[in-house]
Amino acid sequence: MTANPPIKPLKVLLYEAEGSKTLEKDFKRTLLGTLLSDGIAVHCLKDASEIEVSEKQPLCVVGDFETVPNHDSLEFLNVNGKSVDSVLEEIKTKADDAKKERTLWKPWFPVIDYDRCTNCMQCLTFCLFDVYSTEKGQITVKNEDKCKTDCPACSRVCPEVAILFPKYGKGPINGDVVKQEDIQREKMKIDISSLLGGDILSTLRTRHTDAKKRFSKERDEKKALKERERCLTKLKEDLDIPDSVLKSLPTQAMIEAKTQQALDKEE
Amino acid sequence: MSEVKKIYCHCAYAKIIDEEVKNAVLERISSSDEDIVCLPDICEMAARKDEELKELFTGRVKLAACYERSVKWLCHTAGVEVEKENVEIINMRELSADEVCEQFLGGEK
Repeated sequence: MTANPPIKPLKVLLYEAEGSKTLEKDFKRTLLGTLLSDGIAVHCLKDASEIEVSEKQPLCVVGDFETVPNHDSLEFLNVNGKSVDSVLEEIKTKADDAKKERTLWKPWFPVIDYDRCTNCMQCLTFCLFDVYSTEKGQITVKNEDKCKTDCPACSRVCPEVAILFPKYGKGPINGDVVKQEDIQREKMKIDISSLLGGDILSTLRTRHTDAKKRFSKERDEKKALKERERCLTKLKEDLDIPDSVLKSLPTQAMIEAKTQQALDKEE
Repeated sequence: MSEVKKIYCHCAYAKIIDEEVKNAVLERISSSDEDIVCLPDICEMAARKDEELKELFTGRVKLAACYERSVKWLCHTAGVEVEKENVEIINMRELSADEVCEQFLGGEK
């Protein structure tokens, strides 16, 4: 059985072209602001020829129509004589089905600046939430939704300032231009091996032979976890790591499972 | 149809763009005679690898959003290459409400 393609969120076309009157400014402003804040895209259209219908995305054409057009693949909502609240209510009802498919997840995730990235894999090693992965040997962000909201820690350990969090407050992590002083800043160059009590995963990646043997000799999971928590707590302020992230650090069992997965992959 | 596609990002899921700037831009969009694409949040679209981003960034674009580096690599995440010569990015995190409106929508009222 073939899985259904994911339903995309509803898109609204605010139509003010042929056949529809110009919407009253305050009415339009309220619709725009409310729908956007509710995660609904709004295309303001002044040209009827611009309407594009996509089977993948539900579409609602909103306008002040004297006569509602008859169209096979378009859904129209006539605002004529209606209050802005009732129009919003109708649109939100239409958006509900699509919205059920979406999470209320705040889009907080790392974005890699490949102009700066040297593929050192420190971020992959540092993040224990499986956000990063590799694709043909290149570091990549694989599981955006596993990233811990408001935690920019991996960007602080990147020696090249190559990791952005567009919704972060300060530069250069927010995408602002990287200055020389940013690169030199001590806290940008934290030796993550001290945080992790040893660079387990990169070690595994580079040591194909005797991986298991080395691992068992060099690493005490319990000790490493304790050390990592101690270091992270100590560096919490510098790294801007939220308490919630510290509290949700993977357990020893989870680390062991992840390590075993890495070992299996390496073999 | 205007030659340059205008796109506004509302950055709906975070409070990092000054409300005064957003309000001013929305006011101007509401009285504009141009086609304008208003997106709730480009970050969210990039995370979903929304194919619409590719269509939106085809041709000449004027985008009111945030930092150029963020937009470039966010779009890259979604498999869309933002060409500097075709895309003008107006940074709502750095510019004042008047500056954003002027650069995004020009002198019209």
